[in-house]
Amino acid sequence: MAIKKLKDMKVGETGTIVTLHGSGNVKHRLIDMGLVSGTKIQVVKFAPLGDPVEIKVKNFELALRTSEAGMIDVEVL
Amino acid sequence: MEQIRVALAGNPNCGKTTVFNNITGAKQHVGNYPGVTVEKKEGRTKFDGHELLFIDLPGTYSLTARSLDELVARDVIINDNPDVIVNVLDASNLERNLYLAAQLIELEKPIVIALNMSDVSEDMGFKYNTELLSKLTGATIVHTVGRNNVGTEALLGATIDAAKANKAPNVIVPYGDILEPKIVELQEEIEKVSTITYPARWVAIKLLEKDADVQGKIMRLENTGAVLEKAKAIREELKDQVDLDVVFQEYRHRFAVDVFNTITVELPTTTETRSDRYDKILTHRIWGLPIFMIVMWLLFNFVNTVGAIPQGWIEDGFTALQEWVVTVIPEGQLQSLVSDGIIAGVGAVLSFVPLILLLFLGISFLEDTGYMARAAFVIDRVMRACGLHGKSFIPLLLGFGCSVPSVMGARILDNYKDRMVTILITPFMSCSARLPVYTLIAGAFFAPEIAGTVVFAFYMAGIIFGIIFAKIFRKFLFAGEAEPFVMELPPYHLPTLKATLMHMYERGILYIKKAGTFILATSILIWFITTYPMDVQYSKDYDQLHEQVSQAYEVKDAQVLQQFGITTEEQKVVVNDIVDQMKSTVEDATAEAEENGEDVPEIEVEDDSEAPDLFADIKAQNEQLFPAAWGLYKNSVNMEDENGKIDEEQSSEKLEQSYAAMFGKAINPILEPLGFDWKIGVSLVAGLAAKEVVVSTLGTIYAVGGDTDHPEALTTYLQNDPHFTPLVALTLMLFVLIYPPCVAALAVIKRETGSWKWVGFMFMYENVFAWIACFVFYNIGRALGF
Repeated sequence: MAIKKLKDMKVGETGTIVTLHGSGNVKHRLIDMGLVSGTKIQVVKFAPLGDPVEIKVKNFELALRTSEAGMIDVEVL
Repeated sequence: MEQIRVALAGNPNCGKTTVFNNITGAKQHVGNYPGVTVEKKEGRTKFDGHELLFIDLPGTYSLTARSLDELVARDVIINDNPDVIVNVLDASNLERNLYLAAQLIELEKPIVIALNMSDVSEDMGFKYNTELLSKLTGATIVHTVGRNNVGTEALLGATIDAAKANKAPNVIVPYGDILEPKIVELQEEIEKVSTITYPARWVAIKLLEKDADVQGKIMRLENTGAVLEKAKAIREELKDQVDLDVVFQEYRHRFAVDVFNTITVELPTTTETRSDRYDKILTHRIWGLPIFMIVMWLLFNFVNTVGAIPQGWIEDGFTALQEWVVTVIPEGQLQSLVSDGIIAGVGAVLSFVPLILLLFLGISFLEDTGYMARAAFVIDRVMRACGLHGKSFIPLLLGFGCSVPSVMGARILDNYKDRMVTILITPFMSCSARLPVYTLIAGAFFAPEIAGTVVFAFYMAGIIFGIIFAKIFRKFLFAGEAEPFVMELPPYHLPTLKATLMHMYERGILYIKKAGTFILATSILIWFITTYPMDVQYSKDYDQLHEQVSQAYEVKDAQVLQQFGITTEEQKVVVNDIVDQMKSTVEDATAEAEENGEDVPEIEVEDDSEAPDLFADIKAQNEQLFPAAWGLYKNSVNMEDENGKIDEEQSSEKLEQSYAAMFGKAINPILEPLGFDWKIGVSLVAGLAAKEVVVSTLGTIYAVGGDTDHPEALTTYLQNDPHFTPLVALTLMLFVLIYPPCVAALAVIKRETGSWKWVGFMFMYENVFAWIACFVFYNIGRALGF
């Protein structure tokens, strides 16, 4: 059980969101898309150029830039 | 009951548009919400004796004041007071979709939930208890499959019933033990103020959430001081107990999760769907980029290469119409207005229609299949380095074909700032109409080995300018808080033909209606200033010159006939007949060569030229009379040539005295520091109609004729004009690269940005930058001794 930043997770790893850093628009947008603490996510893949990252959350797929993924702490299962 | 007004709300990608199309058919009206660029779609339908007006709200994930789309959607519901909200939910993605439903419930209007894509969710293995869903959300539930037009009538029926019952959902979204008493406390305060007509609980929540828009709205009302004070006090009180910034959103999510968990009877057992398997290939680490390139290549060629075919037909059709009009209306001002003004202008408008239809066919296909989001995913890293969004790639790529579809394609960008920056830099991508200008000039001044490189360098320069300006605009015009890149990657779907066709039709009509009039008006204006005044004072009597030429050739013809001993009228008729045969042979051969893209046959018509092989058959049939016919043929070609030169000289002189030339001369002091003279100035002004017009205007003004298809004479002229140095030529290319795109592009920019202000800004910044860049370039060039 380690806490990692979402951007540092490996493809296929799953985990539960612990904290959301940052503020303002970016944070609210992430929350609106369902990235609240306690939500389960899975890293599906990274884009061919290494950024953005695709995750699975609440049965849908979401792409985030690593700059945003760096604001999310995940407890990896 | 009179008309029932319905607001249609839902997440992006939930199939809302398909449901809307099913309900209203083609009876849709597209406009803009007042003052903003968000598109407003309305449609009417009749059902069961009732008339219903559906307002298709922008697809949103939430209803905060943080994005224009969301604000607009929310304002429609609270200000326009629809009778019913129809909330389309994607049944295969219900948990997230319920988050928006939670916010709609709080607006206290009758709600009907369309549980859309029920077929997909069933295939996946979801099973819901809809009765429970109805109970927990206070809404009527209808199953729909938008793609197959299933459930549309049931949805309309439920909507009418909900409107009649007029009951707000009897449920609330709970906010927990700490917040609830405070919400109630504030709510009671709000209910005391009669000026607040919005739902009191909702206002209380929004004020505690510090929603800037609601705060503003309440502040503008009378007697609200106490409410605002109270809200502030409660926030102060709560701020140490909860994170007020996010706690409300978290409870809404909790509500969505709870509802979802309660109503879900069965969950899918398989984890990997077919969509996932497609995605593994299409966004593969290695194959993702090549596939992206191929798709983009296909899209580009689909729009520009395939589109060029019907575009060519339309242009040919209008050219034929012009030729016909010339035969019907007597020569004069009316003929010129109808032929060169109106018909040419309408032709200019309609010639873009094939490109626009194909563009939206392509975009629709990419969006509906779900690949659009993947394309943005794959290329985002590159575009981000330029301060742009992954999706910006598509409009910018299209810009190399034509700026008109490119600007219109920018609407795939959801975010206003990304869209604006993309539109503003689109013209730096050299459109295909600029290519003839580049190739003409590069071909005239540079060896064939490097001419291609020079043209390529201009394309690259355009891209570099685009990147620089994207960064500048991002920093200075659209600064402020960055919009995060969080993009849903919707499951792959096969698009429906109906949706795609409707999308194409809608865009095509909008273009003709909104941009067409402006393009037509400016085309006529540019025709006017290059044609008028009509009664110019010529330095020579051109009619007399024509007369002299025909007299001279009458004498020459007589000499030929005498030389070959042709005296009888009968013989003359036969000889003239042979000449006609020769002419039509040449015409046919030319047409065939042009069609096959081969070199047009050139026939030497010097005094001592021998008849070419092309006429061998004709010669064989008329051995005796052929030499005389060949002499007459040469005379007639030479005469046409001389008359043509006189006409060209006359047109040049006429253009020289036109309003456009007056303007060109007036701005000469501005253009002189760039090495341009007024003639180049006139061409640049005319080039606003369409970039390739620069070439034909230069041809006319230098009295050598020619257009983009036949630039040879102009090339020769430019090479010999001492004023036209290679440095001036390069500077002109640079100016053409930067200065504003054609009026058609400006017209769609008006349409897409919703304001003349942006068109004016674009026009100014591109002209100013073109001037500065050319000034620097020209003077450095001169300093280096070129």
